[in-house]
Amino acid sequence: MTAELGHFALILALCVALVQASLPLSGVLRDNPAAALALGQRAALAQVALLLVAFVLLSYAFVRSDFSLQLVFANSHEAKPLIYKLAGVWGNHEGSMLLWTLILAAYGALFAWRVPTANTAPSHAMPPRFAALVLVVQGWLGSAFLSFLIFTSNPFTRLDPAPYAGRGLTPILQDPALAAHPPLLYAGYVGFSMSFAFAIAALMNDARGRDWARWMRPWILAAWVFLTLGIALGSYWAYYELGWGGFWFWDPVENASLMPWLSGTALLHSALVAEKRDTLKRWVLLLSVLTFSLSLAGTFLVRSGVLTSVHAFANDPERGIFILAIMGLFTGGGLALYARYLPRFGADGGFALKSREGLLLANNIFLATATVTVFIGTIYPLVLDALDMGKISVGAPYFNAVFGPLTLPFLIILPLGPLLTWQAGRLIAPSTVLILMALAACLVTLGLWFSQQNISLIALLLIGGVLWLATGALTDLMLKLRPYGLAGLARPWRLPSAAFAAPLAHFGLAMMIVGIVASTNWRGETVSAVSAGDVITISGTQLRFDGVRQVEGPNYRAEEGRLVYLSGPHKGTVLAPQRRFYEAERSQTTEAAITTDLRGHLYAVIGETTGDKRVVRAWYHPFVALIWMGALAMALGGVFGLLARRPKSAKLAA
Amino acid sequence: MIILRAFILSIFLLQPALAIDPGEALSDPQLETRARALSLELRCLVCQNQSIDDSDAELARDLRQFVRQRLQAGETDGQIREAVVARYGEFVLFRPQFAPHTFLLWATPLLIMLIGGFWAYRMMRNPSSNRAETRLD
Repeated sequence: MTAELGHFALILALCVALVQASLPLSGVLRDNPAAALALGQRAALAQVALLLVAFVLLSYAFVRSDFSLQLVFANSHEAKPLIYKLAGVWGNHEGSMLLWTLILAAYGALFAWRVPTANTAPSHAMPPRFAALVLVVQGWLGSAFLSFLIFTSNPFTRLDPAPYAGRGLTPILQDPALAAHPPLLYAGYVGFSMSFAFAIAALMNDARGRDWARWMRPWILAAWVFLTLGIALGSYWAYYELGWGGFWFWDPVENASLMPWLSGTALLHSALVAEKRDTLKRWVLLLSVLTFSLSLAGTFLVRSGVLTSVHAFANDPERGIFILAIMGLFTGGGLALYARYLPRFGADGGFALKSREGLLLANNIFLATATVTVFIGTIYPLVLDALDMGKISVGAPYFNAVFGPLTLPFLIILPLGPLLTWQAGRLIAPSTVLILMALAACLVTLGLWFSQQNISLIALLLIGGVLWLATGALTDLMLKLRPYGLAGLARPWRLPSAAFAAPLAHFGLAMMIVGIVASTNWRGETVSAVSAGDVITISGTQLRFDGVRQVEGPNYRAEEGRLVYLSGPHKGTVLAPQRRFYEAERSQTTEAAITTDLRGHLYAVIGETTGDKRVVRAWYHPFVALIWMGALAMALGGVFGLLARRPKSAKLAA
Repeated sequence: MIILRAFILSIFLLQPALAIDPGEALSDPQLETRARALSLELRCLVCQNQSIDDSDAELARDLRQFVRQRLQAGETDGQIREAVVARYGEFVLFRPQFAPHTFLLWATPLLIMLIGGFWAYRMMRNPSSNRAETRLD
């Protein structure tokens, strides 16, 4: 019965979304924006409530292991721990699309709830016409995705008779990081629907001003923070779960999430120029449309099965075509409106390269190039194949070859942006500081050049560039905190959060690049077949292998190896890598054992047996943790940026 | 169909990537470094988007041994790549060769940079309309 209620709630949500997409639009066209907005707000809140009902009912079916539901049968098992029963809700196509749609409705409802119209200072108020248009666009999106769910991917399909046991969730997905990965990723993807909606509203509203850029920025920032965390979590999961410590594979599905991240980062920076300097508006509008299109393309690539990849776990051409139609509708519609209303917006330009906006424009050119590179590398083999011009592969070596040289100039201009003023392009930092920064970067690069043998030129230059970036970010922070003096530093919680946003995010990028360069260049590796008592040496550390024992988990059996440190500060520490066998799902996973020291990770896995010996593989990944700590710092920078906006919106809510 | 798919998945996707086996590595460290670098650029044809260096499939193991034998025979990286392409086709290369049909793949990043640079240059030289608009605000 609950499943039928859930299905019914979905259908009602579609009806509400259709109302949200149509009636407020006619209200706007008939010059009654206040009524249009009021209706849109109610519809948005009703839509999220209905979707929440559907989602809770589906989760309930998973928790109860109600195998009369096709979806629960195919993706769950009674013996699974509760957290993975819940994660199973979005560990499959139908459930994850329901989550996608729920998050979409939640963004719309959050906007409807907090829309700054009434009770605000007139300077902050959003015209009802604009707000109503944002809700109309959200209504269209909701209608499209709810139709997709109901007509091609109904999560509430019944099975009769109900089977006794479910098939279980793919074991490599039974992991805490992967339970949180899809919701974060989707919150990021879908968040860009807000900047899309704002751009459409700005285009259709006779917006000569730039207020829309200011209204748009917190939503871009929120989406960007979620997407950063979602990608980082997925990468960390791949690192410890796939068994050898790779953290990024340039896999099509990873690329699908990287593209909106790159263009979203560009959008974040150019929207700042539009807000502060009233220029680049045409570019910001175009980028808003394209970033959301890339989010949709990400969904399309993963869900349609056009691409073979490690993650394409649910695919179906019919659904692919439906998503392609949605993508075409919104991208095409967005671009058509863009072309139609563009003349209302003044031409971009009117500033010098040597100014903050000039360097932010350069930043956007680099990020746009990076986005296009990922895009072309991902679709080129498909296009070539479709044109019958041969089958080629584009993989990590291609992307590394292009991204290395692309990152370097980007790193060099990046820290200069915050150190220049807007417009006049006056240098904020004393020039001696810049000279010292450059000197330090050059010295370290030269030092590495002479002391390290096996290091590529590009890796060397990147490390120099990263040092320049890191010291630049610290200089930026110090300049921003200087007005508060030592008294301010004594009470850090009273300092303005805006001061930390950009420096922290830029420093995080520096950390991430150091982690990537160091762990790929100085990785240690050893593979050996050993018996109990044998000693393995990895990057100067000695480990004794003590054999393998059987252990029982909640829903798996495992072989657990035992490796003991014989030397170093970790002497006596035990590493216990596992190979797990999941009965219900009839498959196995490798659980790496990882110890962290000051310089990096020691990473060990056990393999199969050869004769009476056991294969043990160990790696030393220097500074690898900086990759995810860097991502965390970037996201935290974004959160500080959001907090900096709070006083205004708090006033609005009052 | 679903069962078939699950079966294929369980073979290709869920096998953890486990790199090379004991005893495979060459004793000469310089040759072994070259072997690893080459292996990372060759695609395992029965896997999903894995290099032969990352895969523990039978075919990948054979190809790793093939690469190492050729290296010991004194062939250059280019010769070995050609030999592998002659056997399995261009699809095996993760870094496509620069050729007429891959021209756009390699040239696009550069083209975008140039177009972006040109666009920015023109924009900076044309300040007129924007100023007019700023006055209206």
